[in-house]
Amino acid sequence: MMLSFVVRRVGLGVVVLAAATTAVFAIFYVAPPDVARALAGRQATPETVALVEKRLGLDRPIWQQYLSFVWHALHGDLGYDYYHQVPVGTIVLEALPATLSLVVGASILWLLIGVVSGVVSAARHRTVTDRLLTGLALVFYSMPTFLLGLLLLFFLSYRLSVAGIPIFPAGSYVPLTEDPANWLRHLLLPWLTLALVLAAPYTRLTRAAMLDVMGQDYIRTARSKGLRKRHVVYRHALRNALNPVTTQLGIDVGQLIGGVVVTETVFSIDGLGKTAIDAIVQQDLPVIAGIVLFASTAVIAANILVDVAYAFLDPRVRLH
Amino acid sequence: MRECVEPSGPWRMVWKQLRRDWVAVGAAVVILAIVGLAVCAPLVAQVTRHGVDTQYRTTGLTADGLPRPPSREFWLGTDDLGRDVLVRIAYGARTSLLVGVAATGMAVAIGLVAGLVAGYFGGAVDTVVARLVDLVLSLPFLLFAIALVSVTGPGLAIVIVVIGAFSWASVARIVRGLVLSIREREYVEAARALGASSWRILRVAVLPNIAGPVLVYTTLLIPTVIVAEATLSFLGLGAPPPTPTWGAMLNEAVHYYQVAWWYVVFPGAALLVTTLAFNLLGDGIRDAVAGADR
Repeated sequence: MMLSFVVRRVGLGVVVLAAATTAVFAIFYVAPPDVARALAGRQATPETVALVEKRLGLDRPIWQQYLSFVWHALHGDLGYDYYHQVPVGTIVLEALPATLSLVVGASILWLLIGVVSGVVSAARHRTVTDRLLTGLALVFYSMPTFLLGLLLLFFLSYRLSVAGIPIFPAGSYVPLTEDPANWLRHLLLPWLTLALVLAAPYTRLTRAAMLDVMGQDYIRTARSKGLRKRHVVYRHALRNALNPVTTQLGIDVGQLIGGVVVTETVFSIDGLGKTAIDAIVQQDLPVIAGIVLFASTAVIAANILVDVAYAFLDPRVRLH
Repeated sequence: MRECVEPSGPWRMVWKQLRRDWVAVGAAVVILAIVGLAVCAPLVAQVTRHGVDTQYRTTGLTADGLPRPPSREFWLGTDDLGRDVLVRIAYGARTSLLVGVAATGMAVAIGLVAGLVAGYFGGAVDTVVARLVDLVLSLPFLLFAIALVSVTGPGLAIVIVVIGAFSWASVARIVRGLVLSIREREYVEAARALGASSWRILRVAVLPNIAGPVLVYTTLLIPTVIVAEATLSFLGLGAPPPTPTWGAMLNEAVHYYQVAWWYVVFPGAALLVTTLAFNLLGDGIRDAVAGADR
């Protein structure tokens, strides 16, 4: 049962990957990039442009380019970028540490803030704390990621620096291996930006799920047995309230990518998101296709992990 | 004399509940104010006597060529080209609301049809729609939106289409789930036993019963769409300049936040207040619909 569930999920994942890469090439089929002319220079003769096109493989029909992309990707080769002939695999690997640093730290904060504030809100239902947390969650829920990033940059980085308290630098990324303390300092605001925006729906979701569970009979039974409220909330209620939260997590992993792209742009972190934007502006098809393929694979893998974890937690899911 | 008790329909119940919710009413008032601002944008331009794209290079910029702070002449300050921030925010409201309503309308129309057909008829159609929904929800939206806009060139229409094309899937998923549960109810069975056509059953039995949740989701989709538009504009891929949009204003403001706080804060506040109001109203309608069901 479990095995067929996993196989089905992986099957869907493969279809999504095929669709995502096909879509990238389809977009460039509709509007082919004029990369060859840009590379050859304005003065170039048509012959030179044709030569550049031939070298990049742009003279072939787009479906041939696609098939050769798939063929090479299956062999672990993502091709070379149009402008500097750097292997796309190398570009991805170089941008990866910054993105991973951002994503891992932000995800921890995201779930921590989301679940904890939701539980506190539900445990103190209809108090000032509850109202405050619910209100804050709604504000961050309505806040575009880039706006929060800008506001944090302005108030926490710039204003504090002017006031003589330069705790938060204004962006860029320092590798962990180079200087761990600076790595942390540079990532605090990006983590906060991404985590607060992502956490908001989780506060609402956890709160609603907790309130729902707290109304169930077995909670009343546990309370009437004389168990302390704290024990009931954290041991009995939370465990069951986390089920809908886990489902939502599977859906939101994809959302994370959008947040990463925006956060990296605002804080000028040279990760995958910013690299993708730059490549899109330059119409560097191999780099775009490579990053979309990589990002989709990561999302699908994360989705499958969440689904499988959920199926383990809740046996009812496996039946469907 | 016996007083006649008029049976109140479900929508009247929702309306009654909603009217008592002062947060939702306040949110609705704010939304109306923003709609008013958008509609009256030319009036704002007239009152301030500042054109939306006019660059006041002498009065609107400091000697160093920097934006000017809020003053009697420019109530919300000027931007880096010496344009009136207030007038541009008013015209920007038009862009945000237009995209918000148009893309949401497109998403709900497609999602409603796809969800109804998939949920009601089931079978192969359902499988195809459900897989398509899974697929769309799995694609990294922002990367695809950026790639699409970068090859088509920026424009308002393409922004609406791209956002709509990615947003219908969640509507379809919700509608399908609702229809699946309603399809098995006794009154649908009764209608079918009486020989009603599928079209009539959908119209008379199914649609009225999913209208509430769909309305709630529609209200909550508008702020999501507005954020998506602002994000694309912020990344330089929204409506092309000099079209005033809140996202594009913030994109330019990034380089000036150290010298011109008003350039960041006012467009940002306009954006946040709008999305917040729609979310509050959506929450209010949801509570009212749930209350009316009880």
